[in-house]
Amino acid sequence: MELICPAGNYQSLIKAVDHGANAVYIGLKNETNARHFSGLNFSEKQISKAIDYAHQQGCKVYCAINTFPREQKWSRWTNAVDQAMGSGIDTLIVADIGVMDYIRSRSSDFPIHLSVQASSTNLESLNFYHQQFAIRRAVLPRVLSLAQVEKLAKNAPVEIEVFGFGSLCIMAEGRCYLSSYMTGESPNTQGVCSPAAYVEWEDKGAQLESRLNGLLIDRFRENENAGYPTLCKGRFEVHGQVEHALEEPTSLNTMDILPQLESAGVAAIKIEGRQRSPAYVTQVTRAWRQAIDSLSNKDADGKTRQIVTEDLADLAEGKQTTIGAYERSWQ
Amino acid sequence: MKISVASVPYFWSKEAYGAFYSALSQTPVDIVYLGETVCSKRRSMKFSDWIEIAEVLRDSGKQVVLSTLTLLEAESELKYLTKIARQKDFLIEANDMAAVQVASENGNSFVTGCAINVYNNQSFSRLSRLGMKRWCVPVELGQRDIIPMVSLADKLGVEVEYQVFGRMPLAYSARCFTARHHQLDKDNCQFKCLNDEQGILVKTQDGDSFAQINGIQTQSAKVSNLINRWSELKEAKIDIARIVPVSAEDTLQAVDVLSNSINKKTQSSSTYLAQDYEFCNGYWLQIEGMKFVS
Repeated sequence: MELICPAGNYQSLIKAVDHGANAVYIGLKNETNARHFSGLNFSEKQISKAIDYAHQQGCKVYCAINTFPREQKWSRWTNAVDQAMGSGIDTLIVADIGVMDYIRSRSSDFPIHLSVQASSTNLESLNFYHQQFAIRRAVLPRVLSLAQVEKLAKNAPVEIEVFGFGSLCIMAEGRCYLSSYMTGESPNTQGVCSPAAYVEWEDKGAQLESRLNGLLIDRFRENENAGYPTLCKGRFEVHGQVEHALEEPTSLNTMDILPQLESAGVAAIKIEGRQRSPAYVTQVTRAWRQAIDSLSNKDADGKTRQIVTEDLADLAEGKQTTIGAYERSWQ
Repeated sequence: MKISVASVPYFWSKEAYGAFYSALSQTPVDIVYLGETVCSKRRSMKFSDWIEIAEVLRDSGKQVVLSTLTLLEAESELKYLTKIARQKDFLIEANDMAAVQVASENGNSFVTGCAINVYNNQSFSRLSRLGMKRWCVPVELGQRDIIPMVSLADKLGVEVEYQVFGRMPLAYSARCFTARHHQLDKDNCQFKCLNDEQGILVKTQDGDSFAQINGIQTQSAKVSNLINRWSELKEAKIDIARIVPVSAEDTLQAVDVLSNSINKKTQSSSTYLAQDYEFCNGYWLQIEGMKFVS
């Protein structure tokens, strides 16, 4: 089972490669990828340098071009594809069928991985992308139960990659427009969710308030951990009750079900977090490398995973983790 | 410009659906989408019940389209989808690539629902070759996004449909938010969504509206309303104005007001609805979807 790690910049890429990633994934410095944050991502020159370094260490480099181009900006995405393919990238991670169509007009066999943003959650959908675009692998959205992932891994015509650790998007990715409803910018079009430019913090003495484009997302007491106001993780009022109506500020961690994912034939585990620091990438990559390597040693396996899980606990959003939708009771 | 009514996004009883569609058959609506698009556990209507309603609507001169589920995970869901996507009596609305796959494999044409991301001409052409006959524009696209696509639609003979009324479908999750609110597991949801004719309002702690939870679907709390801008849509070469059901009574009212506006070629400033709704039209104007510009 491969370990796929995030690299939001060159330093993170070095750390991921050095600590045991089988592949790293990156994006270009524009809205063609779903982590279009300021200060992140790679220029053309940095990509070549990154690929050289990774390849020397036997690590692959994937490039995410996984947002949905609107017609008036179409050429920005084809330029991104041209640039990535020209730079020696190993694989493109893509969501839009127009972009896949364009890639196939250039090459009948360049490796395409279906991005989580394509929201492909079932066998017929995977058949579609396989037959139409000869995709090699699909990254599954974080909405399936373990049993459903196991079935897909067994029956799908392509390799299956799943998320193992990091921020938990609870919606079927690529089909969530909550961010553009509130701010005008969304993961699909601009590669951002709850963008920082719309965030305001207001200290009201006993309470700290977070807002997104003027709307109150959460209100924290002094002793509470005030997380980033991702709009689906705030506290809202439903029928007079204030609650985390959609989700708590929590991260995904599938360490507990890693052996099942491996037995199911899942080809790769993806670590979320291109927006995180090189130190974070180091720690998470090292932990997951150990956990995956220990799978072949039945005696040490459980203990290793327990130790690395404890090491990772502090890194989680809100310092809480969940297995998410893999476990039906979460749903 | 034609008028369509999308599938009811909420869970209603068989009697409620029956009464609604019986009333709808008497209105000037041109196209009616039928079926469950949100949750496969909602089973007040069997496939044969939908077909019965479909036939009545067709006999009263409406074009009927069978809608399909948006988030498909279980094998049983694919089986039901396959049954709809293979039949030859009615056009289908694909809300997931699984439906596109089954329909095109069986030589059937399809409508792409707004949960299928068709954002550019390259995607549009590809799907048109596979049998797309109508494009329901994804909710976050507006006037400027559509302009460079309508001439291709015209050339390929694909109709363009845009939502002009109703709450907008904004997200789908594995989690059932209605069950969560009632502190129930999805597997034991007790069909709580049957109690809410049009979902549950989620407000900020300041009292601003945010979302409407409807099972695994999250909708906009505000109701999109472009009824008084129908001529702008027509100028933008939108063929079909889509009404997404809210309460049964107000949906019928919206059909009536829109149809009157189009036929009398007048701009109606008010929609005279029974309930109070907050309106929005931002997406059409290329700004935040929740905004309303009068």
